[in-house]
Amino acid sequence: MLLSTVIFLPLLGVIAIALLRGLGASAIKSIALAIGVLTFVISLGLYTGFDATTGTFQNVTQQAWIPGLGISYHIGIDGISLWLVLLTTFLTPICILAAWNSVEKGLSGFMMSLLALETGMLGVFCALDLFLFFVFWESMLIPMYFLIGIWGGERRIYATVKFVLYTMAGSALMLVGILALYFQNNNSFDLTTLSGPFSHSDLLFLGFFIAFAIKVPLFPFHTWLPDAHVEAPTVGSVILAGVLLKMGTYGIIRFCLPLFPEAAAQFTPLIVTLAVIGIIYGALVAMVQPDLKKLVAYSSVSHLGFVVLGLFSRNPAGIQGSVLQMINHGLSTGALFLLVGMIYERRHSRMIVDFGGLSKRMPIFAVIFMIVTLSSIGLPGLNGFVGEYMILLGSFVEGAFSKIHVIFATVGVILAAVYMLWMFQRVMFGTLDKTNAELPDLNAREIVVMLPILLFIVWIGVYPKPFLSKMEKSVEIVVTQVKTQSAIGHLEKRVPPNTQFALHGKQHEQHEKIEKEAETSK
Amino acid sequence: MSLELIVVLLIAPLVGFLINGLFGKWLKGNEKLSGWIGSVAVLISLICSIIAFASLQGGGTPFDETLYEWITGESFAFNIGFRVDALTTVMLLVITGVGFLIHVYSIGYMHGDAGYTRYFAYLNLFVFAMLILVLGNNYLMMFVGWEGVGLCSYLLIGFWYDKKSATDAGKKAFIVNRIGDFGFLLGMFTLFAAFGTLDFVAIFDAAEADNFQKVFGTSTLVIATLLLFVGAIGKSAQIPLYVWLPDAMEGPTPVSALIHAATMVTAGVYMIARSAVLYNIAHTGEVVAWIGVLTAFFAATIALAQNDIKRILAYSTVSQLGYMFLGVGVGAYASGVFHLVTHAFFKGLMFLTAGSVMHAMANELDMRKMGGLKAKMPITHWTFLVGALAIAGFPFLSGFWSKDEILHSAWGSSPLIYIIGLITAFLTAFYMFRLIFVTFYGESRVEPDVASHLHESPPVMWVPLAILAIPSALIGLLLGWGGHDSWFHHFTKSVFPEAHHEASGNVVLFMVISSIVGLAGIAFAWMRYSKRVPSTEPTNALYKLIANKYYIDEIYNALIVQPIKNGSHYLLWRIVDNGVIDGIVNGVASVIQIIGGTLRRLQTGIVQAYIVSMVLGIVLFLAYYLFFG
Repeated sequence: MLLSTVIFLPLLGVIAIALLRGLGASAIKSIALAIGVLTFVISLGLYTGFDATTGTFQNVTQQAWIPGLGISYHIGIDGISLWLVLLTTFLTPICILAAWNSVEKGLSGFMMSLLALETGMLGVFCALDLFLFFVFWESMLIPMYFLIGIWGGERRIYATVKFVLYTMAGSALMLVGILALYFQNNNSFDLTTLSGPFSHSDLLFLGFFIAFAIKVPLFPFHTWLPDAHVEAPTVGSVILAGVLLKMGTYGIIRFCLPLFPEAAAQFTPLIVTLAVIGIIYGALVAMVQPDLKKLVAYSSVSHLGFVVLGLFSRNPAGIQGSVLQMINHGLSTGALFLLVGMIYERRHSRMIVDFGGLSKRMPIFAVIFMIVTLSSIGLPGLNGFVGEYMILLGSFVEGAFSKIHVIFATVGVILAAVYMLWMFQRVMFGTLDKTNAELPDLNAREIVVMLPILLFIVWIGVYPKPFLSKMEKSVEIVVTQVKTQSAIGHLEKRVPPNTQFALHGKQHEQHEKIEKEAETSK
Repeated sequence: MSLELIVVLLIAPLVGFLINGLFGKWLKGNEKLSGWIGSVAVLISLICSIIAFASLQGGGTPFDETLYEWITGESFAFNIGFRVDALTTVMLLVITGVGFLIHVYSIGYMHGDAGYTRYFAYLNLFVFAMLILVLGNNYLMMFVGWEGVGLCSYLLIGFWYDKKSATDAGKKAFIVNRIGDFGFLLGMFTLFAAFGTLDFVAIFDAAEADNFQKVFGTSTLVIATLLLFVGAIGKSAQIPLYVWLPDAMEGPTPVSALIHAATMVTAGVYMIARSAVLYNIAHTGEVVAWIGVLTAFFAATIALAQNDIKRILAYSTVSQLGYMFLGVGVGAYASGVFHLVTHAFFKGLMFLTAGSVMHAMANELDMRKMGGLKAKMPITHWTFLVGALAIAGFPFLSGFWSKDEILHSAWGSSPLIYIIGLITAFLTAFYMFRLIFVTFYGESRVEPDVASHLHESPPVMWVPLAILAIPSALIGLLLGWGGHDSWFHHFTKSVFPEAHHEASGNVVLFMVISSIVGLAGIAFAWMRYSKRVPSTEPTNALYKLIANKYYIDEIYNALIVQPIKNGSHYLLWRIVDNGVIDGIVNGVASVIQIIGGTLRRLQTGIVQAYIVSMVLGIVLFLAYYLFFG
């Protein structure tokens, strides 16, 4: 019940705003903010109530919905979706507050879209029924379509159409996959009863994977992202980068890996190669962008490449790193878009050449921007490092793919410093241009918008344990599912000898057990 | 020693950073207070360091404890934990001791700067990060500090951020360091893959155990130690990644003294000394030694032809760091670290005196515009002279002892390395005294309007100089007397494994040779520069090559920076992204549009046409079933 409340409270807010929008702008904003904050506060109950000793689904609700077709309203969260739910409920009120003064026309529609979007996103992360998942997945496109298409920039129509069509193309493939699973699962869409191996699992895997890869976006499916970001209003970008992209990586960890481990193993070399290309390519292209938003958009391609790499590492540290990095990216890239939005509101330009020397004029902004930049670069002590480090370490140690991949991915760590610091230098350092001489520093509202994000940026960097411990068991379940089945399928792909020494103790035993089981089953 | 002591030691500068960082706005009116807050924070650390140091005397056991679990899971555990042994305390004393004096000096030096509180905030943050680097009991903690000091270095080099050259230099430092960190990261991964932990003690014990070497051979350790060394090359400015350090001189001079001479840049040496066990087993020290000695020589040659006093000191630092690597590379870990200590004092001293000169000369750095400063700035002159004599290896001053130990050990490893090292010692003495003679002696070439303001620095600046001059002169004698049997060697014996090559030959003979070479360098500089102005330097090609630093920066720019920039812009973004990928995406869209547009024409709205096509369809179906069905 708690979970359903969290999911649908924002929708209630949509209705409330629709009914009360005659009360004026400030009332609408207050309602939206109150609903957003309330949803976040209630969602904290999910965290405190979450039992980290098991990684299974909790807060489960299951009700028949369309019983004739085996469709049920089945929701629940594990240690992975918990974090994405919290990320969503955390970012939404921040977005509402950030958009406080920037929406000139159609305020009520804007806030309604934002809240409806929240329900859609939360539903995606909580759905345990494939049909329900698909409904949420598609439904969240609509408010996003409005957000970019109505409140966006000049080329907003091109960008929205590209975004929606791109996603729909992937969704179509996924829908085929979902139906195929349905027929192989005794005409049921229930995710928890699904168990492989499925026939045509490699095709099914690809169907799901391409849908998610577009969302991530994995190179070379990424070109919708820079356009969408550039045209989207600030909070659209924040939600897009902060949460929407995570739906792709979440889909991979929820469906692709546990349902089709053999196919996942089979496609791993190709996928991680694309991920690593994305890491380096995204960074290099980000480096030369003249537009701040495009720069951040391409940096997302690079960052999400790390996440995908970690997901396919088949290693607990790697996958945990990926899940953590999803949160981290949501925080730091979300914050970057907010900051870019703040200077855009002042200067009505996002072009790097139009700035320079802002540190002098906007010291508070400079400090916050610096911290967020460093978080994005992965400086130890801030959140980004913990995730990246775990991903790279897990990938390197496990040997699910070659070390060359990890080495190239690590190059991305260097490049991140290059494009972020160069951008920072050009925007914040140097001499202050006359046109920027009167830009005001952040006001109280803007500081309030940024502070919670900064808090978590530091918290996760210094003491990530509360985050890692809640997701640990759930990730282990995924790892076991992936390993057990892929080990049976690929017995010849043994654990390389030099990791055995490293993984003495539990993990090593686990390997042996898996191998033994595999042999007996043969 | 207790965990509380270490925590206080570590946290004090962090508190200083927070006070100056968060409340800087309110401290602006009272900059002295801000400076003293920063200084006292480091003083607290210094006192704690002395206590820690004292408790290790007389066979005290090393301290090794975990503060809290940082990144942990079923199969991995990375903790925030500290290890304090002889090597740590040596580093602690250098960092907090030299650090404290430089903080005090900065109170005077930075007087009147608009970013005064910001400066002290950064400086405190640096000390905090540096303390993490040396206090950590595992490689990941070391890495945390490693990156932290890199950040502070970046911030402080670009401290005057409206100056493009300064922010360029800061950025360059951070990025080049990141290239090194790439190696450090992969080195850590390799170690973790082999040992399942990154804790020093656990790794060293396991590496020394017989079964490890049986299972792995040494190849894993060879790879790991070389990768770690890549990190050290970046941080400690060795070939080929030294290019950031000379540029780092854009920062305030006390920063150059603290970060880019005494402490941060020696982190690489510390890392290798800390990993001595691994380097000994892997036998990769030779690579370290060669890189070290070549860097020492190469940087010294560049220093010969520079006219900017801070750049000379910077290349000198690169060169001296090379000596340290030479030392730890040939297995003389204690000697390498000993040189680190002596160098911290005399080079820190020289940078501060250079700062004193700049202070008096309205930030002038070109020594061709100086000359005869001795008369106006006696304390600065004398203290600089002590530093220069120390680095030149003048008998019984600190550099003499540490450098001699290294050269002596090098002889046992490879006579060729020894000879290059000895030539470098000659060059060092030469370029340092070229600097002295041109700057402090001869006729004044100071611009008249500057000359009228020429003055000795205030006490808050010269007192630290005088204090630093004492250890620069004497610390070698006190701690290094007896060479490999000295107090310093005994104190650090527990940390380092036995060297492969026993230093051989007559100790005194080596000392005599070193002294002669050093004195010869001084004499040669005197002959050339005591009278002549450097503007009459030769104009041949070799001199030009050296004066332009072998064009290394230009070569890197042409071969690496520009291709990456242009390739990313034109090839990746414009061609691949906009052209190919988006071309396909938009192409698919327009193909569909064309198909749709064509098919649309069939919807004519003429009922007869629909009926005709329907009938045609039925006929075709029937025909199909009739003939093929």
